[in-house]
Amino acid sequence: MHSVSRSDVEDFLFAEADLLDQWRLPEWLTLFTDDAKYEVPCTDLPPDASPDTNLFYIADDRVRLGERVKRLMKRTAHAEFPHSKTSRMVGNVRIRARTDDEMEVSCVFQTLRTKDGTTDLYFGTSNYRLTTNGDGLKIREKRCLLGSEGLRPHGRISIVL
Amino acid sequence: MNADNAHPALLVDPAQRIFKVARRNFVDHEIFEAEKEKIFDRCWLYLGHSSELPKPGDFISRSVAGRSILFTRDAKGQLRALLNTCPHRGAQVCRERKGNAKSFQCFYHGWVFGADGKLRSQPGEESYPEGFKGRDTSNMQAVPRYESYRDFNFVSFDPNIIPLVDYLGNAKEYLDVICDQTDAGMSIVAGSQEYSIRANWKLLTENSIDGYHAMTTHASYFDILMNSTDNMSAGTGGGFGYDLGNGHAVLEYAAPWGRPVAQWIPGWGEAGKTEIARQYDKLVGLYGKDRADRIALKNRNLFIFPNLVVNDIMALTVRTYFPMAPDYMVINAWALAPNDETAWARKYRLNNFLEFLGPGGFATPDDAEALEHCQRGFRNSKEAMWNDISKGMGKDKSSHNDELQMRAFWTQWNRQMFPTPIPSIKDVAA
Repeated sequence: MHSVSRSDVEDFLFAEADLLDQWRLPEWLTLFTDDAKYEVPCTDLPPDASPDTNLFYIADDRVRLGERVKRLMKRTAHAEFPHSKTSRMVGNVRIRARTDDEMEVSCVFQTLRTKDGTTDLYFGTSNYRLTTNGDGLKIREKRCLLGSEGLRPHGRISIVL
Repeated sequence: MNADNAHPALLVDPAQRIFKVARRNFVDHEIFEAEKEKIFDRCWLYLGHSSELPKPGDFISRSVAGRSILFTRDAKGQLRALLNTCPHRGAQVCRERKGNAKSFQCFYHGWVFGADGKLRSQPGEESYPEGFKGRDTSNMQAVPRYESYRDFNFVSFDPNIIPLVDYLGNAKEYLDVICDQTDAGMSIVAGSQEYSIRANWKLLTENSIDGYHAMTTHASYFDILMNSTDNMSAGTGGGFGYDLGNGHAVLEYAAPWGRPVAQWIPGWGEAGKTEIARQYDKLVGLYGKDRADRIALKNRNLFIFPNLVVNDIMALTVRTYFPMAPDYMVINAWALAPNDETAWARKYRLNNFLEFLGPGGFATPDDAEALEHCQRGFRNSKEAMWNDISKGMGKDKSSHNDELQMRAFWTQWNRQMFPTPIPSIKDVAA
């Protein structure tokens, strides 16, 4: 399906960022395939490290990603109650590879999060595997490579990157 | 800052079952400065695990209590903890976080050191006297004290501190129980969680050995756990908290989550059942049923004064933390695992770790939020002066969700900070 252009991918990623900024997480979850993964490796690991043999910050399969969304919509997800305000910027979008039903996409992200008078910046590169069969694009894998050394001073990834 | 009767750091009265901690201890700049000298310069502090430096020439540069430490395995295989500063003019010699090197060159003037810290060469050698290289003062300096126990390596900046094994005291036995999960040794898994909390470091000490907060702070985690365990009955047998002396403390208790060594949960399926049974049988063979049951089925939150936590829970984590300001700490956390575990077990261990633990897990961010909100609450400490940690005082045997562990920490903290006796409560307006 070579007709998917970079601007189609950009539209998709911008829409994803918008859903996250609006805390429409259940809707955001429908962007993922049933076998999807969402991963954030520790910053001292190589970008292609496996979560089966290395300690990550986040390594969700689709089931746990669902739990993450459910949790974040509850009052008892204390770190995000009341919900923080976020602003996501996605750029430098590039299509790295294509197969018949899948494409590899990379982009840079800068996400600002404000809560209780403190604003933090998360930044780095996201690598996506997007499926291109069926109706529109879906995310099979989203791996966020933080550009920072560790997670300081924000100290947590309580939002979705 | 004086712990005089007008401003005591603690208020204790066993008869009335009162144990209060002044909130000033979490916010005061003088206390923060005094802790550097009286706590962090006078204790054994965790540096790293031997498995992090498997080969000669391996090195890690790490910050411990504000010092820059170069942790190396020298050409002979010996581990060394060096102060990462050039004896010439002070620059940090090693500027990489980890790697393998035959030597280290200070980039400022080009002095070259071995992994043992000894000066090998320096540009313009002819301008120095003969024998200059042989002087001790020409070498990178070792930390004043460096010792290890079961591959846990510690440093101390107090040359006169008691030996590490004596310092660990009763905590040693719990480290043994944790290290005895296998007879093949343990290693740190690749990947370091390096994070921070905008709160006083002592709040994390308290939180790490707090069995009381789980059901409320972590309600959303337990909702999720219910789905993978079918029910919560497996681990509701309770447990106990122990004061181990020297400020160390531990909780030992049963819990509903799966343990890679070795408590099965339905979410792990039949493959997991076989693997967990194999692990358990091996422990019985090694140590007999009683000790095997303790290793496999009991959880431990072990605290080693002042800033090391080894949690043997749904995974095994080593966590150390340092104050950077009264209201900001940095934390380093790692996963520890048996060297001989199967790929299945390693995968489920790490999966378990991430579900609960760490800055992206379903529990740690809520702990951080709680600690940060305590720190915010302490803005009222001039008027609302005291924390209460009296839960379970006076019991013969403390439950794991009592607060004995925190009292053990604070008693040692107070002893080091204010060697005079705690003022009598009668002299103080509570």
